[in-house]
Amino acid sequence: MPETTPRTMFQKIWEQHIVGDEEEGKPALLYIDLHLIHEVTSPQAFEGLRLANRAVRRPDLVVAVADHDVPTTPRDTEVVIEDPIAKQQLETLDANTRDFGIELFDMYSPEQGIVHVIGPEMGVTQPGMTIVCGDSHTATHGAFGALAFGIGTSEIEHVLATQCLMQARPKTMEVRVIGDLQPGVTGKDLILSIIGQIGVAGGVGHVIEYTGQAIRDLSMEARMTVCNMSIEGGARAGMIAPDEKTFDYLRGRKKVPQGDAFDEAVEGWKQFVTDEDAEFDTVVEINAAEIEPRVTWGTNPGQVAGISGNVPHPEDYELPGDQENAARALEYMNLNPGQRITDISVDRVFIGSCTNGRIEDIRAAAAIAKGYKVAPDVRAMIVPGSTPMKKIAEEEGLDQILIEAGFEWRTAGCSMCLGMNPDILTPGERCASTSNRNFEGRQGRGGLTHLVSPEMAAAAAIEGHFVDVRDWEKAED
Amino acid sequence: MDPLKRVTGIVAPLDMANVDTDQVIPKQFLKRIERTGFGEFAFFNWRYLEDGVPNPDFILNQAAYQGASILVSGPNFGSGSSREHAPWALKEYGFMAVIAPSFGDIFRNNCFQNGMAPIILSQAGVDTIMARALRKPGYTLTVDVEGQRVYDDEGFSESFEMEPFRRESLVEGLDEIGRSLQNSDVITEFEEAHPARW
Ligand code: SF4
Repeated sequence: MPETTPRTMFQKIWEQHIVGDEEEGKPALLYIDLHLIHEVTSPQAFEGLRLANRAVRRPDLVVAVADHDVPTTPRDTEVVIEDPIAKQQLETLDANTRDFGIELFDMYSPEQGIVHVIGPEMGVTQPGMTIVCGDSHTATHGAFGALAFGIGTSEIEHVLATQCLMQARPKTMEVRVIGDLQPGVTGKDLILSIIGQIGVAGGVGHVIEYTGQAIRDLSMEARMTVCNMSIEGGARAGMIAPDEKTFDYLRGRKKVPQGDAFDEAVEGWKQFVTDEDAEFDTVVEINAAEIEPRVTWGTNPGQVAGISGNVPHPEDYELPGDQENAARALEYMNLNPGQRITDISVDRVFIGSCTNGRIEDIRAAAAIAKGYKVAPDVRAMIVPGSTPMKKIAEEEGLDQILIEAGFEWRTAGCSMCLGMNPDILTPGERCASTSNRNFEGRQGRGGLTHLVSPEMAAAAAIEGHFVDVRDWEKAED
Repeated sequence: MDPLKRVTGIVAPLDMANVDTDQVIPKQFLKRIERTGFGEFAFFNWRYLEDGVPNPDFILNQAAYQGASILVSGPNFGSGSSREHAPWALKEYGFMAVIAPSFGDIFRNNCFQNGMAPIILSQAGVDTIMARALRKPGYTLTVDVEGQRVYDDEGFSESFEMEPFRRESLVEGLDEIGRSLQNSDVITEFEEAHPARW
């Protein structure tokens, strides 16, 4: 009786999107409801279409935005892009979307922003959808109960041409978060702990569903932060079942059904939850109560410690491979084994990215920074995840609080998350960053990245070194 | 795409875990709008010193490994970013196959899309190949995609798993998009049954 077999949310979405038949041992043809594109990974896909004389099958299901290369300086007048190649990439996106009839939010659009921020913001991201983007952090959209994952450029071309993707069915993993997070501990600390526990390859081949009361208690923004970093644990996708919070977040957004049609849509969306007794291939449990604010010390997001902890000794690891990796990371990061995390000082602070560049993150940073000054030797930058969000923050006066505290207030884009625009670290500069990757050179060749929550980043900017935000009030002189 | 049935060539050993795509092709080289021109930038930050001179300590720069067509590395190779520029760079550099105990999922998919074989061997198998390539520069190996086996002429041999569909695409050099487009009618039927939601 196949109808009564309990299924996971992932299975329900997957099975609803199979085109034709799914055959054992063959990848399925999966229909894609929403295809997001940006300037860095799409040019070669369009070039491929042109060479093969192929059309875009459903331009109406594609949304394009300029985010990765755009400067984060003001855009009230025409922006001069110094880097000729970045300029060409942005112009190519313009031309490609125009030629193929795709809606584009360019750098001057009032709705522009990081692709994974604007999808939910406009309401194009909805429960039960399949969503792809040529970007590994596409899992962000899974926070809405969608199956969302990153693809490569050839796959972009495939989706443009067919609105489908050939995919082998991934395995499922439940990450069950028991207990409650302590005050001052955020979704970012939670996902860094999960990655620390499962390892950077722990989720390979899997789609993760995050469950448990601590997940239910997270805001939509924090759920997005958690799902966003699924790829850092090796998983293609991460998802969270939609609930009232999800529906409240979406209600009234530009691209969702309006009025009664919205309530009808909600009824449909409610089916996208995992049935009781449905089985996952792997189950991992994590205790939220034990988590403290986290700081990465190494060169991958799994190399992470609690704020009250120390930089590890390579010998602390059992496997020789892990010892070598730790030693190599410490050398690159210019840290000493045993050094206290709170003794690590920073030169730069970056608050932004599709992981932590949302309004809640900016509010959190402003709450910490209010009435303080950024330490004299620190350069701190806040880059809102989208132009609408920047506007909201300005309406709330958050920009003034932050500017007064000595933060730079920028325009929206990926910015120093990957430094494809002029915002980069110089060799040896150490940065507290709310982004998602602390890989060698990610924020600029020779740059040293520590991943933290927005609260922790703001506090580090003020103190000049990492501090425990749970003690923030106490730290006042 | 050119078919890839089998490749025999010099093995370049990159003895590290978690080599991510930011290392394979650093972001400053992602701005081209073509699929070509990335090979010279593969592993850029490791391969060149600050002033642009080749880094003599980086293994791929050593004379013995020039012309290598098989790369062997540690677990979780190609983790991180979805950038297909990574396999483009590796292929243009000359690699036809990459061997590791495990791969980042998106990178692995991207390799197939470009006619390059990502081969998963056991850790022991990878260790053996790594040791031989390090000890004996110029060491060659055969990756037989069709026969699903990796072997050398010193007695090493290990078979590997590969999804039949993936193997067939590599061996025949098939274009996946072309394959899917043959299903146009089925896609149309699906669309008619499921009108778009937004
Ligand atoms: S903010 Fe960073 S991780 Fe997110 S899409 Fe932009 S570059 Fe990628």
